[in-house]
Amino acid sequence: MQGFASEFNQALSLILQGDAELWAIVLLSLRVSLFAVLISAAIGMPVGAALAVARFPGRRMLIILLNALMGLPPVVVGLLVYLMLSRSGPLGVLELLYTPTAMIIAQVVLVTPIVAALTRQVVEMLAEEYAEQLRSLGVSQMASVPVLLWDARLALMTALLAGFGRAIAEVGAVIIVGGNINHVTRVMTTTIALETSKGNLALALALGAILIGIAIAVNAMVSSLTLRAEREGLRHA
Amino acid sequence: MRDVLTGIPGTLEVRDLAIARKGKALLDVPYLCLDGPGPTLILGPNGAGKSLLLRCLHGLISPDHGRVCQDGIVLNADHKARQGMVFQSPVLLRRSVAANLDFVLKRQSIPRAMRKQRIAALLSEGGLEGKARQSARSLSGGEAQRLAILRALALEPETLFLDEPTSALDPGATQVIERMVLRASAKGVRIVMVTHDIGQARRLASDIVMMQAGRVVEHGAAGQVLDAPESAESRRYLAGGLVT
Repeated sequence: MQGFASEFNQALSLILQGDAELWAIVLLSLRVSLFAVLISAAIGMPVGAALAVARFPGRRMLIILLNALMGLPPVVVGLLVYLMLSRSGPLGVLELLYTPTAMIIAQVVLVTPIVAALTRQVVEMLAEEYAEQLRSLGVSQMASVPVLLWDARLALMTALLAGFGRAIAEVGAVIIVGGNINHVTRVMTTTIALETSKGNLALALALGAILIGIAIAVNAMVSSLTLRAEREGLRHA
Repeated sequence: MRDVLTGIPGTLEVRDLAIARKGKALLDVPYLCLDGPGPTLILGPNGAGKSLLLRCLHGLISPDHGRVCQDGIVLNADHKARQGMVFQSPVLLRRSVAANLDFVLKRQSIPRAMRKQRIAALLSEGGLEGKARQSARSLSGGEAQRLAILRALALEPETLFLDEPTSALDPGATQVIERMVLRASAKGVRIVMVTHDIGQARRLASDIVMMQAGRVVEHGAAGQVLDAPESAESRRYLAGGLVT
């Protein structure tokens, strides 16, 4: 019991004293996940919105597939990205394996389906409400996409935060493509796994506490945005 | 462009219009010509096909059969661009009051300075001057409907369709909307409005289209249809009886 208390105290002092190694890991994690979410937003939002308003054969199947991709196992994504980026893979020439860029790519693969699927749901509900009005105002189906994305912005922020939550807490994919190299690709989750196995619980606990703090902050933001979206009538679109 | 039959610009004509679902005729209008200068009110009980006819006239619904013509030409994108529509429940963008109007004006490529002037004038027209920056979704029912009408008027339409715009409003808010409709009509906007309120038809209509079970049972001058209806369905509806 005394051992645990001592580890907690050490973890606390690492956080409060601004331990350089700890905060470098935190910053790298935030940098990788934020970049991944931004790229996922740029791809997933237009795709999700287009899927919400367009009508074509096979659309229903595509939506089912997209929803299924939300639950992609991170280790499988890590393996696939590894195969693509490895020396003998199609993108091996880029020499991206074991770099933060490889980790961003893996997280983009994981997060984009989440952003696209949630965007599709939100925009489709709004599109149903707006459909006749926008047609009456002469707005074509494709021209309605930016209108819908803008008007659904609060709910879409929730989708992005959900994607960020998935990215920052993910370990399986980034450890495969990043390699958990000290000062290069070591992020919070991979460090926690490594340091725990080494018995260095203080650093693992400190990072765990920060990760939980980030998760709580993200959830608080989601909850606040959801409340605002409800007040604006978005959730009942 | 002038109508081949009446010669009045902006004349709407319906020929052999039919919509059916699961073998049931929802709309069956062999011929209808809306060429009067004042507001046309489409009157009838729930399920009479009033809103369906309005949507066909605005080109929101394609009929199974038949066509709608404006000025003798089958309704096209140019015609639709000169029409506005206000729905029973106002559908407002999740933006400020002013941004809802700006959205329509921007689509007409009006320069920013002119848009600001137009927005101020429109807000004044609808008594919403102090609410420009307020979220449109936070307006009361009457204010929201006024904004919906202003947004439709921002298109400077030749024809304004209104689908029971006051059905959920109290008498005071209804009166404000009716005044807006009459002002627009006085400025030369052709008004085609659906209602089931006989009093409203009496207050606003120049001519009345009486509908029942998807058919037009009578069309004529408001005074004639309301005071000396020719059809048995109109007489029953106006007497407050159940129309079956």
